[in-house]
Amino acid sequence: MKFILHATTEITSKPLIAEVILETGTLLNIDRADVKSSGGEVVIDVDQDRYDIVTAAFKKRGVTITPLEQPIIKDDDECVNCGACISVCPTGVISFNDDWTVQMEIARCVQCGACVTMCPQGALMVGK
Amino acid sequence: MSEKTIQDINAKIADGSVHVVTAEEMPGIVAELGADGAVREVDIVTTGTFGAMCSSGAFLNLGHSDPPIKMQKVWFNDVEAYTGLAAIDAYMGATQLSETRGMEYGGGHVIEDLVAGRSVDIHATAYGTDCYPRKLLDTTVTIDDINQATMFNPRNGYQKYNVATNCSERTLYTYMGTLLPDRGNATYSAAGVLSPLYNDPTYQTIGVGSRIFLSGAQGYITGQGTQHDPTNNFATIMVQGDMKQMDPKYVRGATFHGYGTSLYVGIGIPIPILNADIARATAITDADITTNVLDYGVARRARPVLRQVTYEELKSGMIDINGKEVTTSPMSSFHDARAIAGELKEWIQKGKFYPTLPVENLPNTGVVFKPMKQMGEQPSVADVMAQRVTTIRQGLTVEDAARAITEGNFNHLPVVSDEDKLVGIITAWDIAKAVAKSKRDKLDDIMTRNVVTADASEPVDTAARKLELHNISAMPVVNKHSKVVGIITSDDISKLVARR
Ligand code: SF4
Ligand code: SF4
Repeated sequence: MKFILHATTEITSKPLIAEVILETGTLLNIDRADVKSSGGEVVIDVDQDRYDIVTAAFKKRGVTITPLEQPIIKDDDECVNCGACISVCPTGVISFNDDWTVQMEIARCVQCGACVTMCPQGALMVGK
Repeated sequence: MSEKTIQDINAKIADGSVHVVTAEEMPGIVAELGADGAVREVDIVTTGTFGAMCSSGAFLNLGHSDPPIKMQKVWFNDVEAYTGLAAIDAYMGATQLSETRGMEYGGGHVIEDLVAGRSVDIHATAYGTDCYPRKLLDTTVTIDDINQATMFNPRNGYQKYNVATNCSERTLYTYMGTLLPDRGNATYSAAGVLSPLYNDPTYQTIGVGSRIFLSGAQGYITGQGTQHDPTNNFATIMVQGDMKQMDPKYVRGATFHGYGTSLYVGIGIPIPILNADIARATAITDADITTNVLDYGVARRARPVLRQVTYEELKSGMIDINGKEVTTSPMSSFHDARAIAGELKEWIQKGKFYPTLPVENLPNTGVVFKPMKQMGEQPSVADVMAQRVTTIRQGLTVEDAARAITEGNFNHLPVVSDEDKLVGIITAWDIAKAVAKSKRDKLDDIMTRNVVTADASEPVDTAARKLELHNISAMPVVNKHSKVVGIITSDDISKLVARR
């Protein structure tokens, strides 16, 4: 399961993620990190059964967390199934079905936004 | 050898006995029955393509206002259309950008909005004449309020198109979509087996007056498209059709990030199977169609060809480019191309569409797509760069650099190794910052190592774009051994532009 850490400046200056890994004994996969001096967002992937423990450990340290339920949203009325979005996706979320419609395996999305920029029809939106 | 006439075929459409297949079904039929057998069996093969076609637009006639106006300039939803025609005729081009929304909305979107029945705001200005006194007009219309709304596209339906990839180190935003650095992806145009012109590559049944499927309406080919290049299998067609009959599903405005707007147009051409040659041609498969992979990292007319590929390889989703496995993306919709070939097939089966033979075929030979005749030489970097450039050796101090810059009265100081190779660059600003922080010793600590450079032979225009993209004001010019041979500044370029 994926979730977003919304980090503030005080938090980015601490080895937060390392602390949580040590405390919970859980391996975390960092899918994406956009951290600037003003704070930032980190997308973390964790096994389903460790999700509650890990998010609790982050919350205890004052970090806001939002689960990534629908990381990327496609408007099927706008999509023309061209497939332009397929080749820019770093994690292989998008592919063709046998009938050349486009399908998305959204669990793998890390919200990088590359497909949103690529889509000529404005059919894609990063979920909040 | 079996032969048929268009009259035979149209009589079969009228009595409901016509046999129509799509271009995807035809290879199997020819393989089974042979070309002669296929002529007896099949009357028409339908094709289809649905993709971005930038050379598209619409003639719109608004009807006369009272008092009347001869529009000198006109905007539809803030997108300007061409009015160098009679009073209330305008041509809206697909790639014209909105003056308020930029690349997000353009002529292609105006055309989509009209076909979809949405209302569009019109603003027009004029100088006023005795017969057309009005100088200003503002109104809102839908497609039903105006007279003719004729889609007229000077270049559509490319027989085939190049595959785009990017060998440079920078992400490129092109009409072939986002091209990731270092062969990060490859994009292509997808019709392949369904490509209308590839299914009749000698244009025996295609030309002026051929009736076609145009975005859901029955339209016509009006001639060879601009840049028609049959010799290299880059044939194109010019088409027109009534927008009021079109299906909004097949008229879709598009934005290519960082490039601009376009229009997705759907075209289906019926190929009457008059003889065995035509039958054989329509049996083409994706494996038979090859195209070139080009490096769009080189922004010149002649882009390097990296390899040839077939559409079969492209559609597998992955191709090898110089030893790297690269993911491919179509830019046009094969799903909708197939839907168009299917829809056209159904129209013919139901007796709603009768194919025609052209009154004049598309030229098959003797047409050459010429490059632009350009007046004067295009200046190169060598023409405007300063050849005398002061450099500084790596390992010297900030003080040394400061002295060189003050003595020479310039802002950029390339840093070179003992072998005279460029290793970095220092600006007056870097030095000021270093002094302010009292970091006065090694240059190495404060220089920029990733230097953007120019080549003496490259056109000034591409050098200017590099400066703009990297937001810098000067670049060292280096030869192939990384030796600094000059420096080019944005000042040099502005002076050149002022002279031109
Ligand atoms: S935002 Fe788009 S490109 Fe990025 S990971 Fe998600 S699906 Fe892939
Ligand atoms: S690029 Fe946009 S229109 Fe094309 S398949 Fe992807 S979501 Fe659909």
